[in-house]
Amino acid sequence: MSVATLGHQADHGHADGHDDSQAAYLERTRRNRLGMWLFFASEAFIFIGLLAARFYLWVDEGGQMMRPELDQVVGLIVTVVLLLSSYFMNRAEVSIANNNRRDFLWSLVITAILGTIFLVGVIIFEWGMLPFIFEGHLKPSDGVFGAVVFGMTGMHALHVLSGIVLIGNVWWLGRKGHFSAERHWGVEATAIYWHYVDLVWIFFYPALYLIGHAYGVGH
Amino acid sequence: MSLFSLGLVRAIVGQILGMLTGMATTMLIRVMLGLPAWAAEPSWTVGAIFSIIGALWAVGALSDWAKWMKGEETPMHHGPPEGKPAWTRYFGVDYNHKVIGVQYTVWGIFLLLVGGTMALIFRTELAESGRQFLSLELYNNFIGMHGFIMIFAILLGIGGMANYLVPLMLGAEDMAFPRLNALGFWFNVPGSLLLLSSLFIGGWDAGWTAYPPLSARGPIGYQLFFLGVFAVGLSSIVGSLNLLVTILQMRPKGMSLFKMPIFCWAVFATSLIQLTATQLIGLSFLMVSTQRALGMGFFDPGLPGATLMTGLGDPILFQHLFWFYSHPAVYIFILPGLGIISELLPVFSRKPLFGYKWIALSSLAIAIVGFLVWGHHMFVSGYAPVLRYAFMYSSLLVAVPTGVKFFSWLGTLWGGKLTFETPMLFVLGAISVFLIGGLSGPILGTVPSDLPLHDTYFVVGHFHATMFGGFVFPFFAALYFWFPKVTGRMYNETLGKIHFAIMTPAFWVQTLGQMGVGVMGMRRRIADYDPTLGGGSIEAWQLSITIAGFLIGFGVLLMLWNFFQSAEVGVLAGDNPWRSRSPEWQIPSPIPEHSFASPMVVHGEPYDYGLPEPYVAFAAAGDD
Repeated sequence: MSVATLGHQADHGHADGHDDSQAAYLERTRRNRLGMWLFFASEAFIFIGLLAARFYLWVDEGGQMMRPELDQVVGLIVTVVLLLSSYFMNRAEVSIANNNRRDFLWSLVITAILGTIFLVGVIIFEWGMLPFIFEGHLKPSDGVFGAVVFGMTGMHALHVLSGIVLIGNVWWLGRKGHFSAERHWGVEATAIYWHYVDLVWIFFYPALYLIGHAYGVGH
Repeated sequence: MSLFSLGLVRAIVGQILGMLTGMATTMLIRVMLGLPAWAAEPSWTVGAIFSIIGALWAVGALSDWAKWMKGEETPMHHGPPEGKPAWTRYFGVDYNHKVIGVQYTVWGIFLLLVGGTMALIFRTELAESGRQFLSLELYNNFIGMHGFIMIFAILLGIGGMANYLVPLMLGAEDMAFPRLNALGFWFNVPGSLLLLSSLFIGGWDAGWTAYPPLSARGPIGYQLFFLGVFAVGLSSIVGSLNLLVTILQMRPKGMSLFKMPIFCWAVFATSLIQLTATQLIGLSFLMVSTQRALGMGFFDPGLPGATLMTGLGDPILFQHLFWFYSHPAVYIFILPGLGIISELLPVFSRKPLFGYKWIALSSLAIAIVGFLVWGHHMFVSGYAPVLRYAFMYSSLLVAVPTGVKFFSWLGTLWGGKLTFETPMLFVLGAISVFLIGGLSGPILGTVPSDLPLHDTYFVVGHFHATMFGGFVFPFFAALYFWFPKVTGRMYNETLGKIHFAIMTPAFWVQTLGQMGVGVMGMRRRIADYDPTLGGGSIEAWQLSITIAGFLIGFGVLLMLWNFFQSAEVGVLAGDNPWRSRSPEWQIPSPIPEHSFASPMVVHGEPYDYGLPEPYVAFAAAGDD
């Protein structure tokens, strides 16, 4: 088929992708940035859908808004830890913009550690994934409480996990000497992704832990 | 040349290996937890997830990202793969949007043929009352499969048109993110293969809407179906993201949004829906999937007397989440097609497009209003009665921007110097068919008339008219219209006209026949029906629908044969056989590797036919 002859045309040697000038880099970064925000807009619909399911389903026979009895201490700690981690993520981005590589790398490490504490808090302590604390914890199959709690925290934990992987990758590349004050889109993208995941939790935390009557408590 | 140098072959092998790896992993974990090693549901589910990654990995769609994570540079490769024949680039990962556009289109047509074959099989069963040759399980599987394979085919078809045309119409070198573009296409391959293979492990029998509780309890095929939809949904999301960035940031100097070719507006509106709403079908299917695999009872009411801790899930929630995507989805399917109609009419009328701004904004209006109407699919589902009024009025509102398009098309045709080449015929056919679909819409959108017609063949007739008028006819028009641009050769005009002459009346018979038997009381999704319906005339109606279906199938084969022949022996078309003002026709056919030898400069308006000033021109070589 002559469709295939497309490839035989001579290469005009265009300046695309190969262009290494700072102007071309900024142009690409502008596009990347818009793409990233569109990605966030898209992702928002998953989280809004989960929130909608939560407010639709956690209503008892009398029309009363309900919530399961989750561990308030764990909830508060992981929320504080995650909010704190956003500060260090921002510090990492500011540091590389100022060419301060030492602070850049250390801030990444602290962010990743705080993110891991969040994951441990949710998965080990809230889900009760260790056998000796498993008893008495909510299970995925525990009615709409179990389904929505594991749906929301699971979807969010997946994002936190991917964020930690990205931060680890940025740290590893940063140690090898990648990124500079002028060129650090990879750091910026990871940072706004991390802030975004953080922002989602700001909506999820009250929906899971605060809004509605605690089930079985003063009911 | 070894077979494995073809990306498609590697993708399929990678998918099978991924499936096996996923199953082995599941069994290992189960053994470690002290459970019996084999359990069908988790093994197939995890296997399916791994199979998608395996296919993408094997074909090489992920390799540049893997290199970035290792900090390696990935210079853009142009032209066909080194040391291989040029045609192999269509079977592997290629970053050129023109190649990706052809890949989308060809894979879409392949699925169109598969889905169409299934329709012809169950149409043959329906030609007579009583049961002929299809088992009830297979019948149920085929109607759902036909639906979703066709949805995939349509998504691929619009992906093909958008990826091929939008960068050319904007004078852009390529899409904003070429690697993401290739990944977006390759998601479709494992996705559609998972969907097709679900037939072999029990299939899924709840129809394409897959409502729980049926879908939460049916065979394992559902899991492959859900994950197949998930993969194709990811393709929609990354594809639309790419198109939005391309349209917003890669226009040449002087091309404001209201100076773009109108097809770009249609793609823009479509992409807004695809980017956002698609997440909701993914979420709703994921929720059913986890309900099946992990017992998470989102949609399971539980036993009588259940509490929030033991049940109280609600199947209606699924319908809300599902239709929040699946209603806007029909606008995803039709908006690009309506854009094609608006794009081609001025070319064959030699007149400006009537009311350009209104058409552009009506696409956007349909996209936005489309988010507010999902509940009209649920008039009989049992939600609060007050919602019926809200959704009825919002649904009828869609008729306004759609009407704007119709009047603009008429205004464009009015007093034009019309010529009737095959693309123009298909555009006119599209308008006639979409009119049938459009006029039957308000009948279903109005509560009192929907109640008796809900779940009858009237709905089937309405839906097929909107899909054929909004996608199939415009898509075929686009195939005929841009065939000379893609291949450099002209298709056979006589065969094209025969195709049109067969397909259009056949489709009228099909869609009006479907509406007719629906009014007689024929339910949708049943393999058998009462022969005394319609005073005993229903069998004659059913037979004519089936014959019409076969005629449409014959027409499509005729078109494909025409294309295969003409690509080899068709007369050379020249650069601009349609005397179009659009940028892609001002460059050579077939288009060289780098579409534009010099930057594009915008002079006039896109559709000012008859005025001497061109829409775009190219800076003389050396000017840049």
